[in-house]
Amino acid sequence: MGTNAVAAKPQADQESRIRTGNHFMLGDHACAEGALAADLDFFAGYPITPSTEIAEHLARRLPALGGRFVQMEDELGSMAAIIGASAAGARSLTATSGPGFSLMMENIGLAAMMEIPCVVADVQRASPSTGLPTMVGQSDILQARWGSHGDYGIIAYCPASPQECFDLTVRAFNAADQYRVPVFIMMDEVIGHMTERVIIPAANDLPMSHRKGPRTAPGGEPFFSFAPDEDLVPPIAHAGEGYKVHMTGLTHDERGYPALDPETHDKLINRLVDKIRLNASDIVMYDEIGVDDADTIVISFGCTARSARHAVNQARDERMKCGLLRLITVWPFPETRIRELIKRGNVKRFIVPEVNLGQLRREVERLTDLPVLRLNHAGGTMPVPDAILELIRS
Amino acid sequence: MPESTRNSASTTSQIRFGGVGGQGIVLAGRLLGKAAALFDGKEAVCTQTYGPEARGGASRADVIISDSPVDYPFVTDADILAVLFQEAYTRFRSRLKPGGTLIVDTGLVQPSADDENVCGLPATKIAEDLGSRLATNVVILGYLVGKTGVVSRESVEAAIRATVKKQIVDLDLKALDAGMSLAQSNGSS
Repeated sequence: MGTNAVAAKPQADQESRIRTGNHFMLGDHACAEGALAADLDFFAGYPITPSTEIAEHLARRLPALGGRFVQMEDELGSMAAIIGASAAGARSLTATSGPGFSLMMENIGLAAMMEIPCVVADVQRASPSTGLPTMVGQSDILQARWGSHGDYGIIAYCPASPQECFDLTVRAFNAADQYRVPVFIMMDEVIGHMTERVIIPAANDLPMSHRKGPRTAPGGEPFFSFAPDEDLVPPIAHAGEGYKVHMTGLTHDERGYPALDPETHDKLINRLVDKIRLNASDIVMYDEIGVDDADTIVISFGCTARSARHAVNQARDERMKCGLLRLITVWPFPETRIRELIKRGNVKRFIVPEVNLGQLRREVERLTDLPVLRLNHAGGTMPVPDAILELIRS
Repeated sequence: MPESTRNSASTTSQIRFGGVGGQGIVLAGRLLGKAAALFDGKEAVCTQTYGPEARGGASRADVIISDSPVDYPFVTDADILAVLFQEAYTRFRSRLKPGGTLIVDTGLVQPSADDENVCGLPATKIAEDLGSRLATNVVILGYLVGKTGVVSRESVEAAIRATVKKQIVDLDLKALDAGMSLAQSNGSS
């Protein structure tokens, strides 16, 4: 990477980096284009179906734009490499599917502990283990939240179209930088392998945020890279910028030095969780249809949300009081919104369709005593709208 | 996902292409979808499934074209089924709506004797005569568009120009015209 990946990037090619215009684009490619539009510097990965097209596309595009593409020996290495690149200031991405996501878990914990911004796209396929490599699943959703050992906070987006693969990848890089946290793009095989219209905006219309840097010059007053601001997020200094920075997965004090005592540990880990939890209202995104008068609310995400939308619209045409809450961020879970909807008193029941055996349903059940109906498939196929409609009618 | 509502209206067309890997099935689907979504002002989704093999495995592409945003992205009841392999015919025939359009490559698919209203053309042969069997998918696409008008010829041409390599454009446009004129000349089936 040299000393500073950002400085090494050529400036002249903004136009080819951002392919402004209308495209008929594969979801996986839209994710890759979103990463490029978000100023991706570095990709390290190990190809795996159904995410391979992300790596393929970036192998073609990224080096031509002055970025680095590395095909790694495995997913442990991939995750380690993007942490290292990000610690040197590079916007970094890897892409994988369930089996690789499992292998990344240890280093995802390291990124959370060292507060290194990074983005991981997980194009979910039917799991566990190698499962059904070419077929859809949504069963890595809890793994995204809890997969590495210990307590920590993360952010996970769930695109339901190629357009959202683009938009949410841009957003993922911004969120990773803003909160110094690993961010996941929880795609699924249907969305990753779906081709649909994608509108890429002009560079000026893309939301772009940057990492908070030190407010003192290098060599001056000591810089503490784990001393949080009021938003609980510490400014970050990168390797090569001249600051003295220590990084470790051990429990550390505000300077980054190991501090192996329970008080420091409790304070640090609470902050890692709280910097996401207490900023949730700024992070959470969802989409709604007709929830205001609904007695039945379908909660859905990813590919399944497309069938859910169809079913809910049809039910409303048939004058049923039915609504849709589509989760765009799955983590943090929009529990404040769900509690609000319950409090209004109209809701009699929820329906949670998903391509797993009830991972998100458990989250909803945690918030309510109302019935939470299930519609599950272990993977390989997504529910048809009629199956959801039938449940709404029941 | 695109905002709002419905794709249940009668203005939705479901099209399935079936064949084996290497025949350009997925490209045919993407060209059709691109023609609709970028050049005909419609909504379109293309999905594909394939086995682990790069070539020789079963391959299928589904295209849904609608005046309103498409929710469920797979074919449930096909308005048009185009098959370039016997197994694809056997597997997908039952998905075709009654009265739907069935298109087969007669060199590769032998429809059952009781199957009425089959639109057959020797697509692979036509493509070979034009210079390369690689254009078989576009011959089929041209025939499909000529027969059904699901998208305009201009849009398909624009999609081809925007998608395939420069040196292939001429061949593909010839293949498109060959398929279309054949569809129009035996338009009574």
